[in-house]
Amino acid sequence: MEALLEILGELHPEIDFETHKSLIDDKILDSFDIITIIAEINDEYDVAIPAHEITPENFNSASALYELIERLKDED
Amino acid sequence: MKKKKIISFVVLILVIVILAFLLQKLLMPKYMTQIVEGALIAEYYDEKNKDHDVIFIGDCEVYENFSPITLWEEYGITSYIRGSAQQLIWHSYYLLEDTLKYEKPDIVVFSVLSMMYDTPQREAYNRMSIDGIPLSMTKINLAKASMLPEEDLITYIFPLLRYHSRWNELTKEDFEYWFKKDQIAHNGYLMRVDVKPAGYFPKPKKLSDYRFGDVCYEYLDKMVKLCKDNDIELVLLKAPSLYPHWYEEWDAQIIDYAEKNDLLYINMLNHLDEIGLDFNTDTYDAGLHLNLSGAEKSSVFLGDILKTEYNLVDKRQDENLKALWDEKADAYYKMKEEQYKELEEYGYLLKFNMKRSEGNN
Amino acid sequence: MLFTSYGFIFFLCVVIGLYYIIPKQFQWKLLLVSSFVFYYFSGWSNLIYISVTIVSTYFVGLKLDSLDRQQNLYLKENKEVLSREDKKAYKEKIKARRWRWLLLCLFFNLGILAVIKYTNFVIANINSIFTLFKLNELSFVNLLLPMGISFYTFQTMGYIIDVYRGKYGAEKNIGKLALFVSFFPQLIQGPISRYDDLSLSLYKEHNFDPKGFSFGFQRVLWGYFKKLVIADRIVIAVLEITKNPETYDGIFVLVGMVFYAIQLYADFTGGIDITIGIAQMLGIKVKENFNRPYFSKSIVEYWRRWHITMGTWFKDYIFYPLSVCKPMLNISKSSRKRFGEQIGKRVPVYLSTITVWFTTGIWHGSSWNFIVWGLLNGFVILVSQEFEPLYAKFHQKFNVRNTFGFRLFQVIRTFLLMSSLRILDCYRDVGISFRMFGSMFTKLNINELFTGSLLKLGLDISDYVVLLIGVIILISLSLVQRSGSVREKISGKPVIIRYTVFVLLFFSIIIFGAYGIGFDSNQFIYNQF
Repeated sequence: MEALLEILGELHPEIDFETHKSLIDDKILDSFDIITIIAEINDEYDVAIPAHEITPENFNSASALYELIERLKDED
Repeated sequence: MKKKKIISFVVLILVIVILAFLLQKLLMPKYMTQIVEGALIAEYYDEKNKDHDVIFIGDCEVYENFSPITLWEEYGITSYIRGSAQQLIWHSYYLLEDTLKYEKPDIVVFSVLSMMYDTPQREAYNRMSIDGIPLSMTKINLAKASMLPEEDLITYIFPLLRYHSRWNELTKEDFEYWFKKDQIAHNGYLMRVDVKPAGYFPKPKKLSDYRFGDVCYEYLDKMVKLCKDNDIELVLLKAPSLYPHWYEEWDAQIIDYAEKNDLLYINMLNHLDEIGLDFNTDTYDAGLHLNLSGAEKSSVFLGDILKTEYNLVDKRQDENLKALWDEKADAYYKMKEEQYKELEEYGYLLKFNMKRSEGNN
Repeated sequence: MLFTSYGFIFFLCVVIGLYYIIPKQFQWKLLLVSSFVFYYFSGWSNLIYISVTIVSTYFVGLKLDSLDRQQNLYLKENKEVLSREDKKAYKEKIKARRWRWLLLCLFFNLGILAVIKYTNFVIANINSIFTLFKLNELSFVNLLLPMGISFYTFQTMGYIIDVYRGKYGAEKNIGKLALFVSFFPQLIQGPISRYDDLSLSLYKEHNFDPKGFSFGFQRVLWGYFKKLVIADRIVIAVLEITKNPETYDGIFVLVGMVFYAIQLYADFTGGIDITIGIAQMLGIKVKENFNRPYFSKSIVEYWRRWHITMGTWFKDYIFYPLSVCKPMLNISKSSRKRFGEQIGKRVPVYLSTITVWFTTGIWHGSSWNFIVWGLLNGFVILVSQEFEPLYAKFHQKFNVRNTFGFRLFQVIRTFLLMSSLRILDCYRDVGISFRMFGSMFTKLNINELFTGSLLKLGLDISDYVVLLIGVIILISLSLVQRSGSVREKISGKPVIIRYTVFVLLFFSIIIFGAYGIGFDSNQFIYNQF
């Protein structure tokens, strides 16, 4: 979770990712951010997030994103 | 609540229908000046006494070249010209069919010049021949037979869809004649008293094929049958207009057809001297159409033939008819007088004052 | 059958009438038959293409489903005996097979689209190379592009990819799938619907709902107003300008640009209004495709609000999959190592963006104009992305972000930028497009507009008045719409006002619509001798 927050913080230092729950709905993360995040998650956690997991539910908050990472790790 | 809803809905529909009707009336061309021949077809339906001995069908070669008033005054023949600009043979056929819904004449005179066209020519002529007919299956069949590829049948049922874009061309005339129109013809005859002597005509072009189109023969056959079924004598007529050129090859085909079907064919071009036509004084557009003096002469000639061939009764003794036709004659002579006056005053006729090129069909 | 033909209106009346008369379980079947009848009128051979797409996608969908079931069954039955590695290996095996089926379906259907749409474009390009080397030119092939093929192919491929991804199960009823692919209101120009969206209401039994029906009808009328009164009128001037670039350069390019923006908006959104309105009259909900796009403050925002279903299609099925696929992640990794963090992290974004906009361009039309147009869009988006930090600094310094003036500036800037890109959409080739764009700056002479030249474009004063009023109505409605549905607002008004609005709208289409053989009084002057 720490690493994830760091990745996100680098993109948008002005946002408090621990509390924000509507990153997509509020149009804070755009598609370019999402790609960058996925690439860095791949580096950090060795997890590949497939395209169909790119949904508002999975990306609206840091915690949801972290859950996704854990779930994908498990499936492996 | 529900009832209220239904009522307001019905009112809405009514408002739409009424508005559509009013707009349609307003936007349709009135043909009261300049292109007055556009008003001819509709005028028939306002005629009070639809009972004639003779009905003419055809293009300008009938409505410019024959005068029913003369036929009445000379022979006591009642007649009406159902003519329209460039009336093609399917127009003529369906117009006859429609006319027969109102009356049964003894004789139908068909002007054969239109045999030369076997395809629709221009949308404008379709509109002028068809728009004036009240909505009926006949009208729809006629529209179907006449339409050019870019036309739509629905515009003949709802002409508003055709004329809607005239909203920015509306003139005083459109409002003046919104609901009521002037009478512009005399039992279908369009009067012109001005004179323009016939001059030089280009030498007729050689055609590659002189045979009339199959469609034309088809409609001519249908016309023969329609007349036979209704006990009507069909007369084929070539009016004494010098142009368009009436080829001998065409003449031969009509002679042949008349013989085979036992019809009378009169080619008035062969009788110019007998009729007494002088193309220096009897035409208003250099020989394409006759003026009043020419039309009266050709009416005298034609009336004589019809009367003797078909033993038509002289109806001038009929009091009712006489009163009716006296009234028509009054209007006729009044217009004649007015036209002469205008001619004297302005040198041309006001109603036709638009600069137009020679001739109409 | 075009939406604006009498034939279509007649067809529509018959379909809607029958729809509410027949037993409800037949409603979707009626729509299926109607859709095929509708498509038949665009040429019977088109039915072959669409049927091939339906049948192939149907069977691949079933296959993908059955492989999935096979896997679940196998894993369940052998739960005890299989090791974790065995399970993984089996899953991989099934996944590979499903992947192959998906690829087969995609290649087959997109192949049809590509061959029909691009063969002549490829031949033309080969020929221009051949002529360089003085070789004989190839002859073009005579392939008619079936109406709407780009739309229904994309819609169908979206479906099969979703089935592959396990988003939903395959449609078991081929008739229902066929209706999803061919649903006639959206067959020609979209929106590109998603199966899980549209199927919610497409196959349901629908009672006649007066409110929905009347809302749908109003929307249809509004669509016709935009199309017939505005688009089909202004198109005359647009064509006059863009087909004669020698005569109309400089300020006229700007005029043409703005006119084309109006035409395209009125035509496209009008068509979509008709589509969504018809669907609504049938009780079916079709996704919105536009969200007042000309009010966008940036190009990225514009593309979120213009032709939305196409944008999200490209994003979901091309942009994201491409950006996050293994090879791309590897490229990203290695380029970060080689070129450093800043450049490396941009590599996947740039590659995907360029690919998506190249595809978007060529999807719009098979010509270099569209390819260049697409790439330029991508270019502008990337550049503005790079300028983002600069903007942030600017806004920190000058607190104007939320002032009306600045927002207006942004809206106008975006509008002009998008309109300039669309120049490529209008002119014969890329060279002329750029030359014309340049002439706006080199030959700009505003006085030319006041010499009566605007009246020589095929429109007269009354046409301009109609257009002006039309555009004012368009803009005002969009402004009103920001605070909610215009139809809802009207429906709250007294009956007399509601009906007056309706009657006015109806007759303004009838009277001011640019349709039919224009009544040209000149036609009545005899001039044939």
